[in-house]
Amino acid sequence: MEQAVEGEYRAFMTGNEAVAWAALAAGAHYMFGYPITPQNEIMHLWRRLGSQYERGFLQTEDELAAGFATIGAVVSGKVAFSATAGPGSVLFQEPLSMAEMMRLPVVVVVQQRGGPSTATVIYSQQELTLTCFGGNGEGLRLVYSTASHQELYDYTIKAFHNAWRYRFPTFVLGDGYQAKMREALVLYDPGERGIGPVPAKPIFHSQRRGAEKPLLHLRNSFSVEEELGEVLERHLDDYARAVPALVEHEFFGEPDGALLVVAHGVVGRAARQAVQELRREGRRVNYFRPITLRPFPEQALREALQLSGGSVLVAESAEGQLGNLVRLAASAEGLPDFRSYYRPGVGITAEEIKEAVLNERAVDAALLE
Amino acid sequence: MSELSMPRCWNKDSKPHRFCPGCGHGLVLKALGLAVDELGLEERLVFACDIGCSLLAWDFFTFPCMQTHHGRTIPVAVGLKRASPDLVAVAYMGDGGGYSIGLQHLFSAALRSDPITAILVNNTVYAMTGGQMAPTTLPGQKTETTPFGREESDTGLPFKGPETLAAVVQPEAYLARGTVARVPLLKKMIKKALERQLQGSFAFVEALSTCPTNWRTSAADTWSFLEQRMSRYYRPGEIATAGREES
Ligand SMILES: Cc1ncc(C[n+]2csc(CCOP(=O)(O)OP(=O)(O)O)c2C)c(N)n1
Ligand code: SF4
Ligand SMILES: [Mg+2]
Repeated sequence: MEQAVEGEYRAFMTGNEAVAWAALAAGAHYMFGYPITPQNEIMHLWRRLGSQYERGFLQTEDELAAGFATIGAVVSGKVAFSATAGPGSVLFQEPLSMAEMMRLPVVVVVQQRGGPSTATVIYSQQELTLTCFGGNGEGLRLVYSTASHQELYDYTIKAFHNAWRYRFPTFVLGDGYQAKMREALVLYDPGERGIGPVPAKPIFHSQRRGAEKPLLHLRNSFSVEEELGEVLERHLDDYARAVPALVEHEFFGEPDGALLVVAHGVVGRAARQAVQELRREGRRVNYFRPITLRPFPEQALREALQLSGGSVLVAESAEGQLGNLVRLAASAEGLPDFRSYYRPGVGITAEEIKEAVLNERAVDAALLE
Repeated sequence: MSELSMPRCWNKDSKPHRFCPGCGHGLVLKALGLAVDELGLEERLVFACDIGCSLLAWDFFTFPCMQTHHGRTIPVAVGLKRASPDLVAVAYMGDGGGYSIGLQHLFSAALRSDPITAILVNNTVYAMTGGQMAPTTLPGQKTETTPFGREESDTGLPFKGPETLAAVVQPEAYLARGTVARVPLLKKMIKKALERQLQGSFAFVEALSTCPTNWRTSAADTWSFLEQRMSRYYRPGEIATAGREES
């Protein structure tokens, strides 16, 4: 397979293009996809470049098939992925539940759009809960929420690596804004940065004569509840053990904080700018952005809260999907002084977050001075 | 009633409609409107449309419309009709919605001979999402996901819907393929398809249609693609259903 990205160089492209290049650079072998806005261009570019770099593509009959075909590919030991959004993500939950049960390293890029149902093709942050907990299980998944094209590139590569290292279905959660806007980033060959090839190997071994590995029977159903209970316990243990190495976040602020602004994804950019400006104006506001939504950086959030007087404001383009994770994480040390700026399905600017911080009646403005 | 006039059951408040100039969807909906007018079914009709460019027709008529999920229009129409048999159910969808993601529903409704009228617009692409391959994309045709032309060895042959359904429907069902190049004939087919529903059988009309936006064609090239290439592969006409097997 030909190396798609050599050395490193600056580029200016859409987020969808950045994802396709990242998958090529990571050495992904196959993509299965079904058209849906706003992820289409990942598929289009992959299809075009794929033939140049000897990568496969199939447009399947729907998202169920795209998900299950990706499962088939990874079981055979190939790095494979898909991309989807909105109602497509909903259909992906069936194959992803199976991937979760069988610990299969399926990677899916989700470019969130408005919901529920068909709603808008534009943007939202309403697919957080679905992506983290969509199956009929415990949500043993890895979910990266990106805030820039560089992160889309970096975390798409990382998603392949960690999916195969830890064997949990792994997601890159972007959105329509990130998918469609153009931005500068550095493309690089992961190998030259010491990131080796994705540790992929066949999960399913055929009973070839002389094969080193025994025949492996993968299954997805159990006869008695205790049997399932034992398997799940093992999976939950594996997950819990992996958490410290997986959780990632971004924080800045001072120990004198009086309020912590929490946002993820593209809203994190607005929050960062808002907090920087508020700080310049002498307000004691801190900033926290979870990069992994699942597992959630709970410990880091609690530490950030301690530096922020136990007060938090969550901003998101959904009605409390991030807010609930924040509340849950913070509640280990007593409920925080909680505020929210929720705009389901609608974009959020730095000015709006600034205003939300300053206008919040419950926030004692003096405290912030 | 003149074929030139606007059907009575068109909702004038939603006109001019939202389709691109040169789009065939408006002509299919005109044929449907005229057929409904002639049969006097306006009061009983419920129109369900898919996600695809068909969704742009959500307020197209004066009768009630239900915009559904991509690919799921047929089961919605089936539920409606089973629970309220006095209603006349029309399911309107694209070739992606009907022949790809929703094919199992089209097939199952045909197998059961659910008395609904399904109308499918064959424009050889996924139009609304920007022109990807559809099951109906012609051999060699370039789309966003077949940038070098559709190859049979990789993605198979274009899907012939009515011909395929002919093998599984009951003899009383109605199957036809019309074209927006001949609206009066298309109207006749849709009229028969509505009548067949009233008689208690499944009815399906595929309409060959145009999408100059995704084909990236001029007016003349659009028409020749429809009349030459598409009509040659997809023969317009009624499709005979298989007879009842002796048992
Ligand atoms: C579950 C799901 N997957 C994908 C989509 C995205 N989508 C919207 S319209 C469409 C295809 C439309 O093509 P077609 O049915 O041929 O209708 P046309 O636009 O060509 O008339 C797709 C894939 C969706 N809305 N829902
Ligand atoms: S994109 Fe194509 S099918 Fe859709 S409205 Fe425009 S011409 Fe019609
Ligand atoms: Mg179509």
